[in-house]
Amino acid sequence: MRLAGWWLLILPALLLVLVFYVAPILQVLAISVTEPEPGLANYERLLTSEGVQRVILTTLRICLITTFFALLLGYAIAYAITLASPRARAWWMMAVLVPLWISVLVRAFAWVTLLRRQGLVNNTLMQAGVITEPLPLVWNEFGILVGMVHYMVPFAVLPMLAAMREIDPRLLAAARGLGATRAQVFRQVFLPLSMPGVIAAGVLVFIFSLGFYITPAILGGGKTLMVAEWISLQILDLIRWGLGTMMATMLVLTIIVTLLVFSRIVDLRRMFGTGGA
Amino acid sequence: MMHGTHGAGPWGRGLAWVTALYLVLPILIVLPVALTDQRFLSLPKEALSLQHFRTVLTSPEWLGSIWQSFLIALAATVLSVVAGTLCAIGCWRISRRSTDVIRLLMLLPLIIPSIVYAIGLYRYFGPLGLLDRFLGVVIAHGVTGIPYVVITVSTALAAFDPRLEQAARGMGASLSQTLRWVILPRIMPGIVSGAIFAFIHSWDELVLVLFIASRDVFTLPRRIWDGINENLDPAMAAVAVLLIAFTLVLLLADRALRRRAEN
Repeated sequence: MRLAGWWLLILPALLLVLVFYVAPILQVLAISVTEPEPGLANYERLLTSEGVQRVILTTLRICLITTFFALLLGYAIAYAITLASPRARAWWMMAVLVPLWISVLVRAFAWVTLLRRQGLVNNTLMQAGVITEPLPLVWNEFGILVGMVHYMVPFAVLPMLAAMREIDPRLLAAARGLGATRAQVFRQVFLPLSMPGVIAAGVLVFIFSLGFYITPAILGGGKTLMVAEWISLQILDLIRWGLGTMMATMLVLTIIVTLLVFSRIVDLRRMFGTGGA
Repeated sequence: MMHGTHGAGPWGRGLAWVTALYLVLPILIVLPVALTDQRFLSLPKEALSLQHFRTVLTSPEWLGSIWQSFLIALAATVLSVVAGTLCAIGCWRISRRSTDVIRLLMLLPLIIPSIVYAIGLYRYFGPLGLLDRFLGVVIAHGVTGIPYVVITVSTALAAFDPRLEQAARGMGASLSQTLRWVILPRIMPGIVSGAIFAFIHSWDELVLVLFIASRDVFTLPRRIWDGINENLDPAMAAVAVLLIAFTLVLLLADRALRRRAEN
């Protein structure tokens, strides 16, 4: 009875989210089985349409490559932060957190400036005589990968860092004292102990990459289509609501299934707790 | 302390440095490009020039979009902060299985890609007359900003001694008095952090406005998007520099506040 007042506090947010978030999303799911006509015809395209399959495969490929590189580079940074002195640690953290909060558009724009045909990278290389023809660095899959990995590294660092901080440094010292080389300490002690963080980071980066729109749209130049841009094309240009919402539903389902599968290994609440702050 | 007992090898160090440069350098490159004396995207040739900043800061289109984005972000932040803070407090105090579910529900906008929400809203806002309206964008940004506030406020509440609240109530304080005098002052740093993140979220948001706004509401990210897709000129770099500076100021403010809260 005394809790009634506290429930009132939850009400505004709950109503807002139900009416203006959950309802529009449920509508998307509903449209996918009712338009153009009721039934699973839109989902049949998953099995029959080569175009649909190609978009899905492209997206999965790009997301897996992005996840791999974000984990590799993120691990190196998280490792450096864990071992750094408190003073150096602050600088390393800046290098991770500042890009995280800089507008994704600004970052995509910076990459275009650097990578396009007459961009800074090609111009510098041509003037230095390393190449005679500009390299195709952007408006293709390579450009997408460069931009996506750049965006995802900070998201990979945070969960891994949280896991590495919990590793007891005395274990490392003990291994060294028992005669292990630095490489052995890393491979046999540090790496296995940091694995939960690596898995959490991998899941986070993978599900964020799946629905990514802005970076692939700008750096892909419309040639390499990922799922999000394909959905936007179906809705805005081709007015094929059924197909667009079908793909959107598949996107949400894939993300939820991935989270459920890994929720046994990964503490989701902690994952998003570190992601936001 | 972990350092000293065990240093990273040359490979690890090298990779970490390369990664840090990869993260930071491309962002820094927009500064010299914005200061170029040329009329196209390039490094300055003979002199540094502020002409492109002048172009942006005297253009009614850019200024209009900046102002509109600012107002939308401000209104959306108020919505996110009020709803998110009250919800986090309620969930913290009740703390049952049902409130765990509610908290998870609040985090949905972080998990579900904005493209899915964008096409949903595009269809949902039509009959409500909210397409291309200030209010429509504020609602969309406000709702998707709630998770940032819920996270920061919940973190602040985790460090709050619940017996203080019980003591206040036991001495006859009403719920609103307890909130105003006991809980809110204690978790203020968390609320401000959440507000800053919710503001940046709305200020940078593009995918939703691509779908639910077109002419009357033309935010700054929308104008940058058109600029990148149509004419790549150094004025874009000037806008990028202004945005980076603005984000840095907000982040430094957040850091300073956290420092003060810790001391």
